Amino acid sequence: MIDAMTVNYDTMIPNNVGLSEDRRVLKALERWHPGYIDWWKDMGPDGFQDAMVYLRTAVGVDPKGWAKFDYVKMPEYRWGVLLAPQEEGRTIPFGEHLGELAWQEVPGEYRALMRRLVVIQGDTEPASVEQQRHLGKTAPSLYDMRNLFQVNVEEGRHLWAMVYLLQKYFGADGREEANELLRRRSGDGDAPRMLGAFNETTGDWLSFFMFTFFTDRDGKMQLESLAQSGFDPLSRTCRFMLTEEAHHMFVGESGIGRVIQRTCEAMKAAGIEDPNDIAKIRALGVIDLPTLQKKANLHYSLSLDLFGSEVSTNAANAFNSGIKGRFHETKIDDDHRLINDTYPVLKHVDGEFKLVDEPALSALNMRLRDDYVTDCAKGIKRWNKIIEKTGVDFALTLPHAAFHRQIGEFANISVTPSGIILSDSEWNQRKGEWLPSGDDGEFIQSLMVPATGVGEYAGWIAPPKIGIDNQPGNFEYVQIAA
Amino acid sequence: MSASPNPQAGSQPLKQHLIDPEICIRCGTCEETCPIDAISHNDDNYVVDAEICNYCMDCIGPCPTGSIDNWRLVMKAYSLEEQFEWEELPEQEELECGEQGSVSLEALEDEIDALLAKAHEGTGGKAVVPASASKPSVNLFRRDYPAVATVQGNFRLTKDNVENDVRHIILDFGDTVFPVLEGQSIAITPPGTDKDGKPHESRLYSIASPRDGERPNTNNVALTVKREPEGLCSNFLCDLNKGDQVQVTGPFGATFLMPSDPLANIIMICTGTGSAPFRAFTERRRRAMPDAPGKMLLFFGARQPDELPYFGPLMKVPEDLLAKHLVYSRLPDRPKEYVQDRMRVCAGEVSELLKDERTHIYICGLKGMETGVDEALADICRGENLDWASLKPTLRTTGRYHVETY
Repeated sequence: MIDAMTVNYDTMIPNNVGLSEDRRVLKALERWHPGYIDWWKDMGPDGFQDAMVYLRTAVGVDPKGWAKFDYVKMPEYRWGVLLAPQEEGRTIPFGEHLGELAWQEVPGEYRALMRRLVVIQGDTEPASVEQQRHLGKTAPSLYDMRNLFQVNVEEGRHLWAMVYLLQKYFGADGREEANELLRRRSGDGDAPRMLGAFNETTGDWLSFFMFTFFTDRDGKMQLESLAQSGFDPLSRTCRFMLTEEAHHMFVGESGIGRVIQRTCEAMKAAGIEDPNDIAKIRALGVIDLPTLQKKANLHYSLSLDLFGSEVSTNAANAFNSGIKGRFHETKIDDDHRLINDTYPVLKHVDGEFKLVDEPALSALNMRLRDDYVTDCAKGIKRWNKIIEKTGVDFALTLPHAAFHRQIGEFANISVTPSGIILSDSEWNQRKGEWLPSGDDGEFIQSLMVPATGVGEYAGWIAPPKIGIDNQPGNFEYVQIAA
Repeated sequence: MSASPNPQAGSQPLKQHLIDPEICIRCGTCEETCPIDAISHNDDNYVVDAEICNYCMDCIGPCPTGSIDNWRLVMKAYSLEEQFEWEELPEQEELECGEQGSVSLEALEDEIDALLAKAHEGTGGKAVVPASASKPSVNLFRRDYPAVATVQGNFRLTKDNVENDVRHIILDFGDTVFPVLEGQSIAITPPGTDKDGKPHESRLYSIASPRDGERPNTNNVALTVKREPEGLCSNFLCDLNKGDQVQVTGPFGATFLMPSDPLANIIMICTGTGSAPFRAFTERRRRAMPDAPGKMLLFFGARQPDELPYFGPLMKVPEDLLAKHLVYSRLPDRPKEYVQDRMRVCAGEVSELLKDERTHIYICGLKGMETGVDEALADICRGENLDWASLKPTLRTTGRYHVETY
């Protein structure tokens, strides 16, 4: 039975956008809904569709009562359409339309560009659910399993959010794109997901934590930029999605933090002082810090590729036309038009790395990537504090921006994490020093044995400092169906 | 009542809202959410400005980590600069609290805090939360922005043939998130104003239902309310009809909470409406850990069965979940018996539990019961070569002795 909520449940789709008065869009979404459920059952968490999971469901947009925690079977999760409240008189905060009233409809001239942005963002949401669908079976605890499923259902809700925009504002084209979002599959040879990083399987929990820390953080940066949009419904959608996205950042940062904690404690307890004594450390059943560094190198570099080319006319157009702003646009102290400004872009010139001033408008991808790097660095600092506290002598670092890149300025060069340019043969010889090898992968995989007892944690990860929703350590976050 | 400006350095401690830097991931959600810009950050930490924060609690729900929900009693607020430097949250310092030691983190509103401090006086010192209790939410709603609950039911618990009118009132929160734990209270302010035109004072009621609602997964709380002849609030509540709306603040209380440890033994001693939290404790354990090895023992006093709230439902609770001693002081042809008398009769059982480090004692009811119960416990200890005078403070400081009396 459906409760009366802030969200409108008198239709099949919980929403705060007055769907029951909007018959056309409601019908379109109701037609899309069965396909979505089929997709979830096919491509959602494998083997746990009947489990009762203690999940947070967004039920409104008021901070006091926006979410409720409760046990729910995932296919019965209430995905819905929730937008942050409309700000009366909001104006476009950047670009050539700076200061004009934000649009409530898509301006015809920007329709194609805007649709593409919404589709790309929308495509990443189901993609990550697909990538992570087998992880439940090797969860290191019920707590972690619940966090995984929370991330999954919220990615599902973000897909709903984007599909709403497509159905509501982009007519027949939008409807077609909404269907395509359910047709493409991560890693599928014929119909892959749109962005490269979203076609790799997330095969183990360390990868999942790295993914939520590094790759979901790209998602956060993109949402932050779209939250500035002159197209008000897109801005409001993204603003609300960010509240949920924060949980995904939390899962990644705290997940890796707990792995580090466990490794360092195990090293100390065994009297191992050398963090590079990998064989000895692995024999303890924990993940050595050098391997964590390699995993971070991999996921960081793949995520940097998601920002696209450093210099991009698409990015300039999206900004200039008021569609996609900068990270924290309204907090930046400049003219918000950037017509005559420049921005330093790191380039590979004559065998060395140089900062080259480029027109600021074209360099927006670079700028967003810089903001991303700053954000990542703060997380690394926290991880290093954990290591420091245990007294282990090791520090994780972010590799050079040119390391292991496939897109942009550095796609054609081979660079070490410290920024030394190598020949291809040198790179091929040495890349195992910086990127996880097959052996590393096998070792990590060997640790992936499920821990499903209440309050139980796998040996390679420390329990969390506090539970979800203030629950005690022995809380049964997932009731696995018999 | 508007949000009071927070004192900086005075004679009374300040309840300072803080963010745990070890758990915070700096996502910025709190800063975005805060309606009055009390939250800011540097490269390392997000921090709350004690001079601005008015405890509106808007930031608590959206925080993905729980790091936001931290409070310290301080004589002088931690400055922003100090907070920016923190790598971990400082421990709560021992404070010389006011005249009666009355300031705590049981409530953020002083009016309620004072009520709870008075109710907990019988603990004999600073009340300490059980080690395994769940973390409570405190004062999410306050007088200047109360939650609105709808009356879902109002049932008389005492028989019609007795004068005593005790009621079971169910309040539904609808779309409002109002998280409670067993043992916590909510406050109700009767509508209208007093003869000086000021709003009436709030009254506290212990919730009688477990955290997941009167029935599992309902968003409501039950109260056990006795109609007092001149009681403004009790008459207001007892006269409520289904569908009526009530303004509620809270939840309150951060120490009189049940242990989550299934091995914990729980001795509950109550009279009358003091049974409310114990109904919640029992129902919680029945729902969450029906096979818990820890024992639950109830001493419940009333004048006669017809006046004992929840008599019928209580009789249906199996003895292996809850060992019940229902004790009556006005049965015809029977000598008066009070809870302390029955405790003495059960001295063996009680003293066995007292020797167990996992035993928690809870006393709830009228102030008048405290002395009798205390003496009974002392007598029981004496018979077993235990020293109540030294055991009681040990229980209290380890979060295992709790008194809430009115």
